[in-house]
Amino acid sequence: MTLTQRYRFIYKPLVFIACLAPLAWLASGAFGWFGVSLGPDPVKELEHECGKTALNLLLLTLAVTPVRELTSQPQLLRLRRMLGLFVFFYVVLHFTIYLVLDLELNFATLGADIAKRPYITIGFTALLLLIPLAVTSTNRMMRRLGRRWQTLHRLVYVIAVLGVWHFYWQVKRDVREPLLYAGILAVLLGYRVVRALARRRAAASRAVRLTPAPPAGVTSTPRSGPTLSQSASD
Amino acid sequence: MITRVPRIAPSEITPPEVYFSRRALLAGALATGASALLPAAEAPQAQGAALTYTANPQYSVKDTPNKYEEIAGYNNFYEFGTDKDEPSRNAHTLKTRPWSVTVSGEAEVRGTFDLDDLLKGLALEERVYRFRCVEAWSMVVPWVGFPLSSLLARFKPTSRAKYVGFTTLYDPRQMPGQRVAVLNWPYVEGLRIDEAMHPLTLMVVGLYGRVLPNQDGAPLRLIVPWKYGFKGIKSIVKIDFTSVQPRTAWNVAAPNEYGFYANVNPQVDHPRWSQATERRIGAPFLAARRPTLPFNGYAEQVASLYQGMDLRRYF
Repeated sequence: MTLTQRYRFIYKPLVFIACLAPLAWLASGAFGWFGVSLGPDPVKELEHECGKTALNLLLLTLAVTPVRELTSQPQLLRLRRMLGLFVFFYVVLHFTIYLVLDLELNFATLGADIAKRPYITIGFTALLLLIPLAVTSTNRMMRRLGRRWQTLHRLVYVIAVLGVWHFYWQVKRDVREPLLYAGILAVLLGYRVVRALARRRAAASRAVRLTPAPPAGVTSTPRSGPTLSQSASD
Repeated sequence: MITRVPRIAPSEITPPEVYFSRRALLAGALATGASALLPAAEAPQAQGAALTYTANPQYSVKDTPNKYEEIAGYNNFYEFGTDKDEPSRNAHTLKTRPWSVTVSGEAEVRGTFDLDDLLKGLALEERVYRFRCVEAWSMVVPWVGFPLSSLLARFKPTSRAKYVGFTTLYDPRQMPGQRVAVLNWPYVEGLRIDEAMHPLTLMVVGLYGRVLPNQDGAPLRLIVPWKYGFKGIKSIVKIDFTSVQPRTAWNVAAPNEYGFYANVNPQVDHPRWSQATERRIGAPFLAARRPTLPFNGYAEQVASLYQGMDLRRYF
């Protein structure tokens, strides 16, 4: 079995099923299957668990790059698009549950909440920002957008910050859990900052070393390696 | 409008030594012993010893009460954890007997009293009250208790007693949530004295006819039905009559979000969420959200307490 085949027939289906597990559990609770109960307030449980699953998967998506670099497993990138699309899926579900089951389709309240409640404003902003990323997640859009694709998809950093902030702001008092998310996010974003600085330094020192004309036939390495997202060729 | 509680003349009050006498008859306030425990099969929900009480329809709402497992399984009682299901899982570590209550401050009768002595002679009644949490959910609860006024009168508060403060037990061994400084422990709540003496203000010892479950604030908790739930302090060990407003736990934690008065008010939002509507726990999907009523529907009885006050300022 080639690597591509292993991903297509084993790893990707496994990740797909794993990403659906939270939904299966919540659906069981909502409909009372298999004796699963969501407790006395199932609406809040559904709402919060969908939101938290989205955040979990978002952090996982952001962990792909550090993990593949640190473990020299570049092929892990093949799983990232699916993770990202599941983030979008759970965010949409989270919002739908909030609008339909929690607000009971009261659009006036929805408008007031988005306008007046900062934590809802930023959560809704994150949802809107996810839409272009989901829409441009296809191979065709990747090709069509070229270099701009990566620039656009850097929005995910903003979305992640907004998402964790949204979680932090709606907690009444005990902020330990949102702070844990914020800490993990800080590590994941910090890794990228450190890496970018290191690359810049490396490029600068190379540039210094290479100032004398290089011997014929020796070309300097490209300033940046193959970009991460564009090498996603699955 | 229900008239205010008449001022009780000192001469009308039975001397505390009679009330607090261990020789006084139990008067059926607390039925104890194994005979009171029904087999689990007969009472699959409510546990704990059965209480002797009379229903008080005058002070009960007509709404269908929430199920026992909702009231005893969905609690904000941070002393046992900040998740709603943690108190019911963790509160078994609380020892509710023996239990003593210390009375201090601006009252003639002060000291530390055994709870069972304090409860002697107090007739228990069942009142079905609406319960509105500051988090915009609500329930309907059949509490068993007695008017706070009948207990406070025994301590003969002086004219300097403008407020009454209450304190929850502080014991991190029994209350593991107190090991984390989520709030400034111990929990403190308080009322203006006229609020405390209002006939709707209830001291609760039971739920669904039985001894209150620990997670709901056993053995003694406060219920002020026209205020947000956090005013209803649980597992009370201290009652303090003061001339100054008590520094209450949530107000200290976030003064811009939780006021001292905390009257249910659909007009005054929490800074982070609306208080205009609430979701009734246990109601069917898509039929749970309902408008929040001023003073939680008790405006007729209590609005006069706040006449002339700016309720946006004194939220």
